[in-house]
Amino acid sequence: MALAFDEFGRPFIILREQDQKTRLRGIDAQKANIAAGKAVARILRSSLGPKGMDKMLQGPDGDITITNDGATILEQMDVDNQIAKLMVELSRSQDYEIGDGTTGVVVMAGALLEQAERQLDRGIHPIRIAEGYEMASRVAVDHLERIAQKFEFDANNFEPLVQTCMTTLSSKIVNRCKRSLAEIAVKAVLAVADLERRDVNLDLIKVEGKVGGKLEDTELIYGILIDKDMSHPQMPKHIEDAHIAILTCPFEPPKPKTKHKVDIDTVEKFETLRKQEQQYFDEMVQKCKDVGATLVICQWGFDDEANHLLMHRNLPAVRWVGGVELELIAIATGGRIVPRFQELTPEKLGKAGVVREKSFGTTKERMLYIEHCANSKAVTVFIRGGNKMMIEETKRSIHDALCVARNLIRNKSIVYGGGAAEIACSLAVDAAADKYPGVEQYAIRAFAEALDSVPMALAENSGLQPIETLSAVKSQQIKENIPFYGIDCNDVGTNDMREQNVFETLIGKQQQILLATQVVKMILKIDDVISNSEY
Amino acid sequence: MPIDKIFKDDASEEKGERARMASFVGAMAISDLVKSTLGPKGMDKILQSTGRGHAVTVTNDGATILKSLHIDNPAAKVLVDISKVQDDEVGDGTTSVVVLAGELLREAEKLVASKIHPMTIIAGYRMASECARDALLKRVIDNKDDAEKFRSDLLKIAMTTLCSKILSQDKEHFAEMAVDAVFRLKGSTNLEAIQIIKKPGGTLRDSFLDEGFILDKKIGIGQPKRIENAKILVANTAMDTDKVKIYGARVRVDSMTKVAEIEGAEKEKMKDKVKKIIAHGINCFVNRQLIYNFPEELFADAGILAIEHADFEGIERLGLVTGGEIASTFDNPESVKLGHCKLIEEIMIGEDKLIHFSGCEMGQACSIVLRGASHHVLDEAERSLHDALCVLSQTVNDTRVLLGGGWPEMVMAKEVDELARKTAGKKSHAIEAFSRALVAIPTTIADNAGLDSAELVAQLRAEHHTEGCNAGIDVISGSVGDMEERGIYEAFKVKQAVLLSATEASEMILRVDEIITCAPRRREDRM
Repeated sequence: MALAFDEFGRPFIILREQDQKTRLRGIDAQKANIAAGKAVARILRSSLGPKGMDKMLQGPDGDITITNDGATILEQMDVDNQIAKLMVELSRSQDYEIGDGTTGVVVMAGALLEQAERQLDRGIHPIRIAEGYEMASRVAVDHLERIAQKFEFDANNFEPLVQTCMTTLSSKIVNRCKRSLAEIAVKAVLAVADLERRDVNLDLIKVEGKVGGKLEDTELIYGILIDKDMSHPQMPKHIEDAHIAILTCPFEPPKPKTKHKVDIDTVEKFETLRKQEQQYFDEMVQKCKDVGATLVICQWGFDDEANHLLMHRNLPAVRWVGGVELELIAIATGGRIVPRFQELTPEKLGKAGVVREKSFGTTKERMLYIEHCANSKAVTVFIRGGNKMMIEETKRSIHDALCVARNLIRNKSIVYGGGAAEIACSLAVDAAADKYPGVEQYAIRAFAEALDSVPMALAENSGLQPIETLSAVKSQQIKENIPFYGIDCNDVGTNDMREQNVFETLIGKQQQILLATQVVKMILKIDDVISNSEY
Repeated sequence: MPIDKIFKDDASEEKGERARMASFVGAMAISDLVKSTLGPKGMDKILQSTGRGHAVTVTNDGATILKSLHIDNPAAKVLVDISKVQDDEVGDGTTSVVVLAGELLREAEKLVASKIHPMTIIAGYRMASECARDALLKRVIDNKDDAEKFRSDLLKIAMTTLCSKILSQDKEHFAEMAVDAVFRLKGSTNLEAIQIIKKPGGTLRDSFLDEGFILDKKIGIGQPKRIENAKILVANTAMDTDKVKIYGARVRVDSMTKVAEIEGAEKEKMKDKVKKIIAHGINCFVNRQLIYNFPEELFADAGILAIEHADFEGIERLGLVTGGEIASTFDNPESVKLGHCKLIEEIMIGEDKLIHFSGCEMGQACSIVLRGASHHVLDEAERSLHDALCVLSQTVNDTRVLLGGGWPEMVMAKEVDELARKTAGKKSHAIEAFSRALVAIPTTIADNAGLDSAELVAQLRAEHHTEGCNAGIDVISGSVGDMEERGIYEAFKVKQAVLLSATEASEMILRVDEIITCAPRRREDRM
């Protein structure tokens, strides 16, 4: 096939070394791609919803992750297939943009692909299917907007926010204490949120974890937590009303950038050099002391001599603090990061109410709490848990909850979860399909069917009869014309998601539908796969 | 059309039932492995490392055994992990936690086989563990206010912990030692202040607790071997050649005389430093770094005891004990806090000379000298003692204690059984299973002691039917008895951690329905 003939009948090669490449064309290519996409979606399908199962992933170095976060599962899977990689990307972009619903988006895309396969078998051209999907997704997104509800909350009344975060957390392993974790997440977001501009800088929230203790011991610290201890074991462990000098220069004699050499050829020079060296240390400590600092936080290490001098002058210090943490400390305490001793001034010092060291467990593990900062904008969520895997999973769950809370602050609209939104959209899309003349009508219907697959998976994972449950809920929605009925995953006894307090963010849901449609369109448009064959 | 493959070459995927099977089997294998070490009559394991020398460890400490295993099964790794955390957090109960988690999974396997969804089992386990904890809380004994009683509680806990270890022969002796050491800490959990020195020779009974501080170092030649009313300067400074720290400095000379001059200056500098140190009015100088011959000689001339190369912990501990601060510069002697102690002398333990500091100002730190027939015995003794110290130091902070000998498990099992009867729905099967798993622990203890476990446990269960019963299994006499009378106590914190971590771990493994294994990272062969 890769061989063509010019006008004189001589063959020439279009694809070089064709015997080393495998090639799939036309309908075969589409079928193969769809199958790959579906395979990925199938892996995630059982993780959807509050009764979803976890996956155990063993990394290349034998390390183990247990999670049911879609983005994490896909990220850690050793995926080789190109189309499967597209699905991984899809979930990642949902993670970046929204932070939640990473499993749902992949399941949705898988369902769309499955439906597309059926349409292909009918002989509908892939481009027509893609276009039909596009129209349908627009209808669905518009409909979501219509059924969305606005939430009223402010800094004092954040109950609705907590409820939404709880919906997110209920599908994770941490659902045992979802209430307290949701509250922590919401309080953290509110602490850093700019409610005027409706903006949240999640960088200001640090999530730290330490193995040990119980999940219930997880706490929110209005301040910074750093995994360091005082540089000298005999420095004070508790400082009140601290004035913090934040330094990025080491407590060492300066190293000029230009190359230089100091030649010592006489005894006098040797002596002066020695004197000067001592003076350097003295001056450095003196400078810190002069501006009124009571705590020095340094990005670099310092010499034993400097360490002792600091201790001696009663100036506690912390060394080897990472750049990111340094920045956070600077933001929280309202201090400036000072690159040179000469530039230290009293105004550049950060202020914190309490700085204390706390030790954990039987091993010598210490952490430094910096609390009651001048600028209370930076907070830390400190996670405790039985083991490392638990901590990692909790970190991911908290991240999801934080993102959800942030999205709600940006846009107060919510839709109802438990598959209610999908069912409502499916009904709307189905109704809209009849209005479109042409082949696309079939694609739009297929889209509606694909939307059903999310509640279907939810019901399946919860141990309910999927088809029976779904059709019951659907008819209920149509009969009462209320889009709040969903799947009763927790066996509470009601289908009304308002009563169960299961909410999701509007932008999250919209994004899911748009992203899934986009990727499916992309996959459908591929009609030729050329890959290097194994050698 | 079949998809060829999504994963990379060596990656594999196990799904549904098979995944669950794999994790159940792995976890149970691990728990069976350590099961035989549980309880006072548990057996030890020999671990041989694959590294050079094939070093051998003999131990009965669950965490140590599991740490040294090479495991490929992911679920088994979860169990190893919880045992490690238990070790870090409370220090003891490392075997129990793995055994309990294993039993929970064994029960769960049966439930899954009878078509109960894992999520239902998890829900049941959660309720059961909550209920079990409450049951324990109801029965705790707290003697916080009565110092005398609390001390005897601690002693009993220490003995219970030690009786399953190699030290069981001399458990009273070691329990006294451990309790004394922990009381000196005054509530801090920093076990670093308790130094354990191992010296082969003698018997375990010859081990002793020393109120002072022992440094495993020799005194420099020609220096006094005994100092009374010592003033100690603890330092961390270079006593070899002080290098110039200004960047780019180097010595460049053009004649031999100048080399000699500079050498002289260097010597002068060192002499200066020593002089400054001497000016502190000390008679003992302990440095973290090396002391070269030249300064050592100077110190000897001044009649000062100089100790070089005390490791970092030694220095910190010494600072803690003597109340001195660790100094690195010596320009203003008047403000450096010196350490004090009544007597420094060289002592002999076995064949080795050690330096002994006694009569120190702050009594926080202390040393325990362990004697024993071989290194293996000493290593194991240290681990056992460490377990006891950990438990004690945690108990000092959380003073609640429980009875031992399978008593807590029976109390929990009884409450959990009650709950199962009250609970409607499929969850009750899981709750029942939880209580069965709890009972498996006394059963194992009895089995390991070669007793008739079925008979004993049945008897125990009957005893526990009465309210406020203190019955447990007394392995020594092989019968059911009153644990309060026999003085078998355990720390509440340990039991609680065992219960919670085991439930958490089994829940984690139960939730898994798929295992995806990445291709192992290729190691570059450097030939």
